[in-house]
Amino acid sequence: MTALTFKKSGSIQGGVRAPQPHDSAAKQLSGQAVYICDMPDVTGQVHIHVAYSAQAHARVIKMDLSEVRAYPGVICVLTADDIPGENDVSPVTPSDPVFAKGLVEYVGQSLFAVVAESLAVARLAAKRAVIEYQPFEALIDVETALARDHYVLPSKTLRKGNAARALESTPHRLQGALKIGGQDHFYLEGQAAFAMPGEDQDVTIYSSTQHPSEVQHCCARVLGIPDHCVTVEVRRLGGGFGGKESQPALFAAIAALAAKKTGQAAKLVLDRDDDMIMTGKRHDFMTHYDVGFDSNGVIQGIEMTLASRCGMSADLSGAINDRTVFHADNAYFLEHVTIHSHRCKTHTVSNTAFRGFGGPQGMMVIERVLEDIARHLGEDPLLIRRRNLYGQKERNITPYGMVIEDNILDTLLDQLEQDADYQKRRQQIQAFNWESPVLKKGLALTPVKFGISFTTKHLNQAGALIHIYSDGSIMLNHGGIEMGQGLYIKVAQVVAETLQVDIDRIKITAASTAKVPNTSATAASSGSDLNGKAAEVAAQKLKKRLQVFAAEHYGETTENVCFMPNQICIGNRVIPFDDLVKQAYLNRVSLSATGFYRTPEINFDADTQQGRPFYYFAYGAAVSEVLVDTLTGEYQVSRVDILHDCGESLNPAMDKGQIEGGFIQGMGWLTTEELVFDSSGQLKTHAPSTYKIPTCADRPPVMNINILENNPNRVETVYRSKAVGEPPLMLAISVFHALSDAVASLGDYRQRPTLNAPATPEAVLMACEAMHREVNG
Amino acid sequence: MAVGSQTIRFFLGEELQEVRGLDTNTTVLNYLRLQAGRRGTKEGCAEGDCGACTVVVGRPVGDHVEYRAVNACIQLLPTLDGCQLLTVEDVRSSTGELHPVQQILFNRNGTQCGFCTPGIVMSLLALSQQTGPISTYERQLALVGNLCRCTGYGPILDAAQDVSEKIEGTPEQPWQTPAWNQLQRTSPLSIEVGEKQFFAPQSVQELIQLLDEFPQSILLAGGTDVGLWVTKQQQALDTVIYLGEIAELQTTAFDQKGLVLGAMATYQAALPLIAEHVPALGALIERIGSMQIRNVGTIGGNIANGSPIGDMPPPLIALNATLYLRNSSGQRALPLEDFFIDYGKQDVRPGEFVEKIHIPLPPKHSLFNVYKVSKRFDQDISAVCGAFYVQLDAMPGEGREPLIVAARICFGGMAGTPARAFHVEQRLQGNRWNEETINKARVMMDQDYAPITDMRASASYRLQVAKNLLRRFYLESYMDRGAARIDRQPAVSR
Repeated sequence: MTALTFKKSGSIQGGVRAPQPHDSAAKQLSGQAVYICDMPDVTGQVHIHVAYSAQAHARVIKMDLSEVRAYPGVICVLTADDIPGENDVSPVTPSDPVFAKGLVEYVGQSLFAVVAESLAVARLAAKRAVIEYQPFEALIDVETALARDHYVLPSKTLRKGNAARALESTPHRLQGALKIGGQDHFYLEGQAAFAMPGEDQDVTIYSSTQHPSEVQHCCARVLGIPDHCVTVEVRRLGGGFGGKESQPALFAAIAALAAKKTGQAAKLVLDRDDDMIMTGKRHDFMTHYDVGFDSNGVIQGIEMTLASRCGMSADLSGAINDRTVFHADNAYFLEHVTIHSHRCKTHTVSNTAFRGFGGPQGMMVIERVLEDIARHLGEDPLLIRRRNLYGQKERNITPYGMVIEDNILDTLLDQLEQDADYQKRRQQIQAFNWESPVLKKGLALTPVKFGISFTTKHLNQAGALIHIYSDGSIMLNHGGIEMGQGLYIKVAQVVAETLQVDIDRIKITAASTAKVPNTSATAASSGSDLNGKAAEVAAQKLKKRLQVFAAEHYGETTENVCFMPNQICIGNRVIPFDDLVKQAYLNRVSLSATGFYRTPEINFDADTQQGRPFYYFAYGAAVSEVLVDTLTGEYQVSRVDILHDCGESLNPAMDKGQIEGGFIQGMGWLTTEELVFDSSGQLKTHAPSTYKIPTCADRPPVMNINILENNPNRVETVYRSKAVGEPPLMLAISVFHALSDAVASLGDYRQRPTLNAPATPEAVLMACEAMHREVNG
Repeated sequence: MAVGSQTIRFFLGEELQEVRGLDTNTTVLNYLRLQAGRRGTKEGCAEGDCGACTVVVGRPVGDHVEYRAVNACIQLLPTLDGCQLLTVEDVRSSTGELHPVQQILFNRNGTQCGFCTPGIVMSLLALSQQTGPISTYERQLALVGNLCRCTGYGPILDAAQDVSEKIEGTPEQPWQTPAWNQLQRTSPLSIEVGEKQFFAPQSVQELIQLLDEFPQSILLAGGTDVGLWVTKQQQALDTVIYLGEIAELQTTAFDQKGLVLGAMATYQAALPLIAEHVPALGALIERIGSMQIRNVGTIGGNIANGSPIGDMPPPLIALNATLYLRNSSGQRALPLEDFFIDYGKQDVRPGEFVEKIHIPLPPKHSLFNVYKVSKRFDQDISAVCGAFYVQLDAMPGEGREPLIVAARICFGGMAGTPARAFHVEQRLQGNRWNEETINKARVMMDQDYAPITDMRASASYRLQVAKNLLRRFYLESYMDRGAARIDRQPAVSR
């Protein structure tokens, strides 16, 4: 086991496992951390406002912009005709124009951009446009699109065993449906880009993006210039959550076009309402299931249909819906299973990545199935969940044919059940509900098993660049993006640990396509796995060079050169790190290295839908307790207990931040955050006045969060840590099921609640009323 | 009126600002970011709902200075005349050390992406200026208006707890107390820039004169709605009369007949008196907007605005409040419910402004409560807000079933105006206060209301909840606190 355990370094500051604070915290707290909107204005700078379609599906028959152009302070107006290259900023399949030409397919689709002396002028001028539409029928929701077979991508079906036969021969069989709402990212910093024209054809773009390489490639394509002319730099994001994976390309491209057209620096910062109307969200789903099970509640066969609202284009919907399918098992063994996945095209904004990337919606379905089985059999849902968990040596193959080798759920659930006092509280809650006519309590424990790796294989690569300067200070650069999650400090900790130097010596620098090329998005929870490993590789190279040099220089063998905290032990000598660096420089040793990493072992055949799409799984579980008012559907989440798997955490402070932040964000998704489109496709909830993310008062008054201890990743990840960005979001499924449990109490836990997500007070009251009707006939 | 001063004067941190010739519609946030070069304060929503732009405004009150958190995004700059404005740039000491509030947030890992952070620093700074102990609930109230999408709030609530334990009535101010006398003015603020005018009369008399001269002007109170006309609709507000300088309109008083609230009393200023005499109304006010909003938003503004979803009119109508309006012809009193004629239409005569509101206190043997139902409990707009008042001949639970002498029920969110439930009231009056009466009365809601479906709630939910709230009102007259309604526990992290 020695290979799996790493001693916490006693003497360097900020090595791995240290709860190092966020590298930008002091700057953020004193208002000095610079976001794109804060970047200093430069002479001649222009400001951009993007005007968009007011119709969901129409042909633009007239677009008269003469008054816009004539408005005082307007410098120019950009339309599709101003694009020198391709009019497209799609991440995968060409279907997202920069500016609509002729056809518009959602309310919020960009039509033209006003470039002006100030943002205020640009906005006012845009109102002078005269646009006429010839409206077509608009398909707004999943049901309508599904009924018309209207898809952005072909449907897929994953099969294992023979679900149809199994369903026919099981003693119990249930059918059900679940609606799952979408979610706006509501990053506090909206989409933003700042473009500076350069020499030759060059342009430098500061973009609030999780994916600088894609912004680079899209902008080059739009401008019709090679990638090497475009540099994209990103220091930090004011939140991303997947909403800045594919979405920023549009705004960066418009800023780049404006910079090129005017020859001036061009800034584009979206207003909150425009951001919410123009950019994609988490996919909402309409799902159905048909399940067969034995009298113990063990699933014998299941067929699921998962249909999502993808919006007007494919964007990342292919991979997102794949991940929904890959997580429709969550933590449970499904022997005979058929999963149909429909990617519906609607005349709404193209939905996109959001923390969990489709996975959470898949889990919601199977968790509902297990709850329904429990109600049908009159058992505690936890018992049914545990009976269906994946096994260790058998019952351990996923529907996509991957053998699960790192399952820790039995241990994890045992510990959580005990820590949270589940069984005793279950009894207390039943007693409370018996006595309480209006208020009802609910309790639920749900597990999470989340696959780590991009399911698109080639994305599982990363690069890093480390310079050691002759004074011994170190510059660190990699393709990862800091969006608040603490990636930069974690990667710096890896470098500090590897080189055995204090972390203060390391300068963390902005991601730049000019330093590390062809990067993947900081997404799929992969940030520290990929970039941490790439940085480790680069640091190892430098360490090796210094080691070889020291051995040569001092006439020792390399085995006798040993990196101690901030110093190097060479035979009997101990010399400071700085001194060795200086000597290496004088002796012409390269002190700059790149590191490259690609995830091993992953392999997935898209045609057969079989293979190993994930390097490993991250696990976790949560118990949530709620109190529901059955007169209004209002509720409070009163207590939450979480036990989560971070492998051996690189930084427990940052990881805990991801766990609780992810949980609350997931809770928002399933409770108060409701996206409402009207029948004409207008988003009615486009600002925080109408779209309600959790406030501090929604945080459960009791919240116990623990990271599973002595739990190194079984595969060789960076210092045996695990990815932690997305998995905790899905712990909040326990809140939804606790609410459902409270509703079930009205039917003596024998009837199936019909709660849909999000469980707004209205949805909860409607489920209560339905339960009353069920019971009273 | 006398020619006033054209110069807006306030302290930005320690520095005296004298602003002339700036568009009078400029928000404090745009002034900071575009004019003053202070970009630490962020724009998150430009509608006063996220708190990223929170700044602290200091104002001398008697012999001390009151520091209050406000949203810079929807506050118009001229309203700062006579104040000290503090932003995140002022909090760090001149030697660069973090203020205790910042240091504590640092120690607790209270930042992730950092975009909401300056606002949180400022909300906590305002809280830290409070003297005396600060409860868990007060900490929550101070922070509910600061949305954070990253942390889940645990570290921030931890920090707030540390702050309240550390300061213990000795607030730390790294900035100099300004020389307030430099801001004193001999003539009221009266600005004209281009086609726009901004007046800040200092007396009711001056206000009456201005309204006679400019009958089409916009009356600006806290600006928590008017500010959005500027930021969201890009409206140009040509002639604005700001009411915040008129001390007479800000008074609150309690006499034998009830509460008298000046139209310009802010929620936060009126809250202690209201909470003392009508606790249910106090609890409702704590759910209106956020601390930043309640620090500037006024009760008069909530009424004069005429919104069908304002939270003050339903309880005030149920309590039979009287509204006092004034213009140059004199004062006029009318029952508050008569003020609301139709959606978007109020009973306001030319040159009239809301002067004050009188709220009679519920007499002996009466029950009063008000319930707000919204998607999110705090800082949300009501789907339904129901206020219930019944006069009985004895209190429930004293042996016999009391007789209902009178009932007044009013709902917001159920019609185009705040509206009474006359059919329900009629069914209640003269009957016994019991389950049977309630069940017969609650179905009458169908006669009283035909609500709409919108993004906040469906029509059927609104109607169902209205009926159920009457039931809750009845149950609460018998049941223990916390048995018929969730007694929400404030969030703590430790």
